[in-house]
Amino acid sequence: MPPAARTRTPAPSAAFSARALTKVYGMGEVEVRALDGVDLDLFAGEFVVLLGPSGSGKSTLLNILGGLDVPTSGTVRYLDHDLTRMDDRALTRYRREHVGFVFQFYNLVPSLTARENVALVTDISPDPMPAHEALALVGLAERMDHFPAQLSGGEQQRVAIARAVAKRPDVLLCDEPTGALDVKTGIIVLEAISAANAQLGTTAVVITHNAAIAAMADRVIHLSGGRVAGIETNPTRASARDLTW
Amino acid sequence: MRAIDRKLLRDAWRLKSQLIAIALVMACGIGAFLMAVSASRSLEATQAAYYERAAFAHVFAQCKRAPLSLADRVREIPGVAAVEPRVVVSVNLDIPGMFEPAAGLIVSIPDRDDPILNRLHLRRGRLPEPGRPGEVVVSEAFAEAHAMQPGFTFGAVINGRLERLAAVGFALSPEFIYSLRPGSFVPDDKRYGVMWMRRDQLAPSFDLDGAFNNLAVAISPNSNEAAIIDAIDHLTGPYGGESAHGRDEQVSHRYVSDELSQLRNMVRVTPPMFLAVAAMLVSIVVSRLVRTQREQIAVLRAFGYTAGDVGRHFLALVAMVGVLGAVLGIVLGAAMGNLLTSLYVRFFRFPELQYHMEAWVGLVGIGATTGAATIGAAWSVLRAMRMSPADAMRPEAPAVYRVSIVERLGLDRALWPSAKMVLRHLQRHKTRTAISMLGVAATVAILTLGSFVGDAIDELIELEFHTAQRQDVLVTFNEPRATRALHALRAAPGVITAEPYRVVPARIWHGPRLRREPLQGLPSDGTLRRVVDDRFSHVHVPPDALVISAGLAELLDARRGDELVIETLEGQRPTLRLRVHRVVETYVGTGAYVDMATLNRAMGEGPTLSGAALTVDAAASARLYQELKQTPGVATVTIKRAALESFEETLAENLLTMRLFNLAFACVIAVGVVYNTARILYAERAHELATLRVLGFYRSEIAGIFLGELAVITLVALPVGVAAGYLLCGAATWAMQTETHRIPYVVAGRTLAFAGTVVLLAATTTALFVRQDLDRLNLVEVLKARI
Repeated sequence: MPPAARTRTPAPSAAFSARALTKVYGMGEVEVRALDGVDLDLFAGEFVVLLGPSGSGKSTLLNILGGLDVPTSGTVRYLDHDLTRMDDRALTRYRREHVGFVFQFYNLVPSLTARENVALVTDISPDPMPAHEALALVGLAERMDHFPAQLSGGEQQRVAIARAVAKRPDVLLCDEPTGALDVKTGIIVLEAISAANAQLGTTAVVITHNAAIAAMADRVIHLSGGRVAGIETNPTRASARDLTW
Repeated sequence: MRAIDRKLLRDAWRLKSQLIAIALVMACGIGAFLMAVSASRSLEATQAAYYERAAFAHVFAQCKRAPLSLADRVREIPGVAAVEPRVVVSVNLDIPGMFEPAAGLIVSIPDRDDPILNRLHLRRGRLPEPGRPGEVVVSEAFAEAHAMQPGFTFGAVINGRLERLAAVGFALSPEFIYSLRPGSFVPDDKRYGVMWMRRDQLAPSFDLDGAFNNLAVAISPNSNEAAIIDAIDHLTGPYGGESAHGRDEQVSHRYVSDELSQLRNMVRVTPPMFLAVAAMLVSIVVSRLVRTQREQIAVLRAFGYTAGDVGRHFLALVAMVGVLGAVLGIVLGAAMGNLLTSLYVRFFRFPELQYHMEAWVGLVGIGATTGAATIGAAWSVLRAMRMSPADAMRPEAPAVYRVSIVERLGLDRALWPSAKMVLRHLQRHKTRTAISMLGVAATVAILTLGSFVGDAIDELIELEFHTAQRQDVLVTFNEPRATRALHALRAAPGVITAEPYRVVPARIWHGPRLRREPLQGLPSDGTLRRVVDDRFSHVHVPPDALVISAGLAELLDARRGDELVIETLEGQRPTLRLRVHRVVETYVGTGAYVDMATLNRAMGEGPTLSGAALTVDAAASARLYQELKQTPGVATVTIKRAALESFEETLAENLLTMRLFNLAFACVIAVGVVYNTARILYAERAHELATLRVLGFYRSEIAGIFLGELAVITLVALPVGVAAGYLLCGAATWAMQTETHRIPYVVAGRTLAFAGTVVLLAATTTALFVRQDLDRLNLVEVLKARI
């Protein structure tokens, strides 16, 4: 896998822009404000790490950016699309054409081989790369005919990344991609995400509560209590293989 | 309430719709069982009580004319308890307002008293006054069909003279609970009625003064019926006696008994099938429940609950379904039993037919449903009991999938990943897939079975009414006649052709085997009444040989080439020896056919006929009927169209009721199977399908995967069900055949199409109902959840 350590200046145009984003969940009689007036811009091609403790609103923000959830108030725009005005079908189409997801627990379809899991997505995408190419990108060209049960956790997560990037998404949203993995495997997975970001120019947003991963990012956004607590820009991005935790 | 019991109730509540669907399948099985058992026991009890109260005779005998003193000699036969000598005659009736002739049977009752045997149960009016001419009591069914009121008068050709009869009362008789015109399969109350007349009014017209031509005999308990029958035959023989017979050959008794045995047969087929499907459904639901509650079971065991506690916990859930199924089944069974009984009231004329369900029948129902449910759950419950807490704590090993058989056959390139998902998932859950397929197939089979009776009857009608009997009208004389009578018929208005036939009552022997069977003589060049086999081929009857039906051949253990000894029971009673030229497969009745000229010669008579088959110009039929009504010597006139109409009308209604029940039952199974399969599929697949939604699949696309699996199950099950249904119909025709009747094994394409369509519709509707849940998939949770 090629090293991803290099310095980048984020492109000036905002791919995503969120304004006064608020999400309130009614949990019985208690109201939980998962997001509380978030203003945020994400730029095309940048690698962003969302850092924060449990309940800080990271996942809620990711879900809204990914078109899985809608805010209670505020707006989110992706390029010229207003995500807050989209209906279910339009949001599905948005996910289909623009978003790649990587989950903490991989969420591979156990009845499909690695290649078929990728093909599942490439079959419905307008401009995909061949499934084997996507798997080669994550270093799994040799194992593409294995079923998930025959792969290690790290391999499964790399298949998940291949599945996410195969459609050449504009944005890659990763929710705790290393959360279920040991350090060594986690690093391999991060390298894969970084490679996709570097080689395909995909905006990558990685949620983690592992501060070590922040070193890989162009920008680190700290969330706390549903608000943006701070944004750091890394002058230099560390390579995944240099990380330790 | 203990906490574990609360868990039980909540689990049951969560699974309520699945459990109710299973309980409904059970309810259908138990309902059918209870209906059949309770209706048959009600019918049996009613029949026994009525026979007892009305002193229904045990043995019946006919002769030509025997002096009344012979009845005293019959009375002396050891074991005979009572004897009723009677005059029984067939007459043609002329009912006002009906242009076709009707047929009637007049049975004598003593001059002054009530009969001692086969007592009448008067519903309205009175018995005929002693000594008053022309008064009759009419069977209630016939009276109702003609809306008769006491005092209603009608014409009857009594021994060649048209006389006026007045109905003074309407009654029921144990001898005619089911009254069937000879040669017919279903009652036709409009065209056939029974009447009772004082002996002194009836006997003289038939030259039976001081004589009788029919005996009803009651025998003492534990006496030897066969010996008594032989003794009666011995006594009546010289008086033209035909073989006496017991209740088993008495038409009304036999039909009621056939119905009872059909109900008993039904108990053996339908309920076990439904319970088997229910047990299979319980097995897939409990197996899934135990799998998903693996960690909970581990916690319970870790905290000190014993394996027995765990087993009881799941069995209690299963018992709830069993009891619910039984309760619903009891309600359903009682309702259907009542309905069936009310149908019986229309066919079987009992003074009262009361429906009741005994408590033990309900208990058997509860036992059967809980038993079936327990059997279904046994394997999974045992697995739950054997789980070691430490193993159970750990999540189950990830599912191992393989490339499906279909793909290995080289179709892998042609299949989309979603199609592969469907196939591999089905293959991985082989047992459940097989159970679901079996369930759906069972539905198709049950529907086919329920509908094929209609096809069989269509075939029977085509064969009997259109191929074998091509006449319009069949005329029977009360005595054999010379050819002159045929010429007279040919000259009657509207008659196009008239073809004679000769029937001679006979006893046919093959070695020690005996069967009473009339010998039917058909003209060699006949075209109207023909012997036709079950393949619709015309069978030629050569001179000096016999053609017999397969039913008769079986009863006599006779084969082609065997010589049969035929004791005729008419005239000089000559004995014939004829070889079997051919055994013909037929559906209805037994039959022995011979060339008419051969029969005439053997009987030592010139060209003689017992009746004739006519083709008639429809425009002149009214005039013909009018003439036949008044023709002396014409005993009965059977109009084929009318017979067919009454046959179809009666059956159509019964078949419709049966099909509706069957349809409802089959839909319950189809819905129960598909619903449970869909629910479990949904539970297993929700996470995967939600993932696909996150990845950008539209609702319609994931619905395609979800429904695809159900579609494969249903589509594969359809042909299996069709094949099973076809075999089941074969088994049913085999099980329902009696000594004399066979049901054609014909399953029409439309029946199979109907079964398939109903199942497809039921499955689709159910699947679409569960599919709605796909719209409520939580996409956010899926990101965080471990499978």
